[in-house]
Amino acid sequence: MMQDVVIVGGGLNGCALAVALARMNLAVTLVDMASAEARGARGFDGRSYALALASQRLLRRIGVWDRVADEAQPMLEIKVTDGRAGEGPSPFMMQFDHAEIEEGPMGFMVEDRHLRPALLDAMTEAGVRHVAGQRVVAQDTGGARAQATLDGGEVLEAALLVGCDGRGSGTAARAGIGRMAWSYGQTGVVCAVDHDMDHGGAAHQFFMPGGPLAILPLKGRRSSIVWSERTERAEALLAMDDAAFLDALRPAFGSHLGEIALAGERWGYPLGLSLAERVADRRLALVGDAAHGVHPIAGQGLNAGLKDVAALAAVLDEARRRGEDIGGLAVLGRYQTWRRFDTATLAMATDGFNRLFSNDNPLLRGMRDLGIGVVGSLPRLRRAFIREAAGLTGELPPLMRP
Amino acid sequence: MQTTAETAARSTVDPAEVAKFQAMADEWWDETGKFKPLHMLNPCRLDYITRQIAAEFGRDLDAAAPFEGLRLLDIGCGGGLLCEPMARLGASVVGADAAERNIPVARLHAEQSGLSIDYRHTTAEALAEAGERFDAVLNMEVVEHVADPAAYLAACADLLRPGGLHICSTINRNPKSYAMAIVGAENVMRWLPKGTHDWSKFITPDELYDLLRGAGLDPVDRMGFVFNPVTWSWRLSDRDLSVNYVTASTKPA
Repeated sequence: MMQDVVIVGGGLNGCALAVALARMNLAVTLVDMASAEARGARGFDGRSYALALASQRLLRRIGVWDRVADEAQPMLEIKVTDGRAGEGPSPFMMQFDHAEIEEGPMGFMVEDRHLRPALLDAMTEAGVRHVAGQRVVAQDTGGARAQATLDGGEVLEAALLVGCDGRGSGTAARAGIGRMAWSYGQTGVVCAVDHDMDHGGAAHQFFMPGGPLAILPLKGRRSSIVWSERTERAEALLAMDDAAFLDALRPAFGSHLGEIALAGERWGYPLGLSLAERVADRRLALVGDAAHGVHPIAGQGLNAGLKDVAALAAVLDEARRRGEDIGGLAVLGRYQTWRRFDTATLAMATDGFNRLFSNDNPLLRGMRDLGIGVVGSLPRLRRAFIREAAGLTGELPPLMRP
Repeated sequence: MQTTAETAARSTVDPAEVAKFQAMADEWWDETGKFKPLHMLNPCRLDYITRQIAAEFGRDLDAAAPFEGLRLLDIGCGGGLLCEPMARLGASVVGADAAERNIPVARLHAEQSGLSIDYRHTTAEALAEAGERFDAVLNMEVVEHVADPAAYLAACADLLRPGGLHICSTINRNPKSYAMAIVGAENVMRWLPKGTHDWSKFITPDELYDLLRGAGLDPVDRMGFVFNPVTWSWRLSDRDLSVNYVTASTKPA
């Protein structure tokens, strides 16, 4: 008899989990409040993802990577500098090269327009039931089966209900799971630019007084920008016309890639930290931002979510092979134990990193420069940073192992 | 009101009885309650049982219902902690318990879990006499409680079809097992009620192998269940059979 799972939320984590679980012979239904058309194919819209090596392995194992591999840009080196607009980068710089670790590229950049359809196709192929354009209005996880009621009136029953519905997770709220949340008063401005020169697969992260600016290499002569600024300033940046926005971007972006032009739209993401007080309960699990919305420095949000996906898939696969009830507290407690430590560490690290770097205090700036210089000069510490950025630390779930 | 009364009158089920069984089922299946020690040991037991059955009958545990077509008996089924996983894996399961009160409790929980399991208040001996036959017999933590292990294991062997598989776990007899199973589990940790085990009835692995051979079975494998107080969990061990251990034996075809 087949055990079943209802996944709430049709974002990247929800879709990846649906594919992973369906491929291990669980019956999966995914409820997405967005319509099928809204998730459908379209041109480049400016959004892209930095996939850590471990995330790429997961996508390869669940049959998604082959569909996007040709469109993915390998990240061959990461350069981190402390900069201040108008002054140029400080003399201290960290440079990470993939040749320093054995695993190959540190990660890949993939555009939303390629990743999303690849996941949807993989879901169809794996036999996931996709309920699009409906939201869950009520749920009950107190009984021997979890129940989710849709606004269309249908009641879905399953052994396990998984909330992949973001930092405002209704699934967590309905289960009475509280959250701790901090706002940084910062907003991430995300867009893409076309440039004259080849990026050579290099990613750059500048720590600016208003927040970090990341330049990540996309396929061809195009790069993705993640520019964190104080919310007021970010809103102004989002409201500007293209020419004014590029004028504002140029001093921070620098001239190393030649002349730049906007590609696609600009997106604003308010930055904050949001942690669910627990990520599992009887018949309930939380994945991705529903469990832990972190400051998206270096794109660690999606990568942390995919680590949840791989960990939950591993726990459920082991349970399924034993014939255990996959919605039981004994099983889901293993997922909670596995992910709790990682999540807390990541949240504290990104929070501290951001507080330290998003500051124009001259003393802190001096310490930062010193710190970056020290890290940059110690090979072992450098390798540790590279491995962390590639998502290769902590106990890796089987789907993410080499 | 009338509808409720009519339903109650037509049904043979006494609502007060159902409430009592529900409370007992909740107790059996509460991972943090009275049967916590069993819940903690269960993943380890299931790992052993599922792998042995899969190996013996050439089944792929990645399949949706790997044990489909296999008829399986769990002796001393209690609340169904082993029967339900086996049914989930597709086996046709009979759960037998000599304690009558466990049967309606296990039935109620299986029904709520959407599983079809044949629970019976009976013994291995009675089933064997009635001519029941199974592909696999699970005989977990029972043999150390019976009066005549040789006669009991002979009945278990009778219950197997030729080529069938018998999984039997029990507790070793040595100073360490006395310290762990009696002093530790009953007196210190209070995991088990005092008097649950009689140390003199514990059986060494070699004695159990002899008993199994005497019952006409071929012992093929044995492993230890080892508790790790640091990770607070059980694991299987090739070497350490000093306290809890499990065996697999087959009936010659």
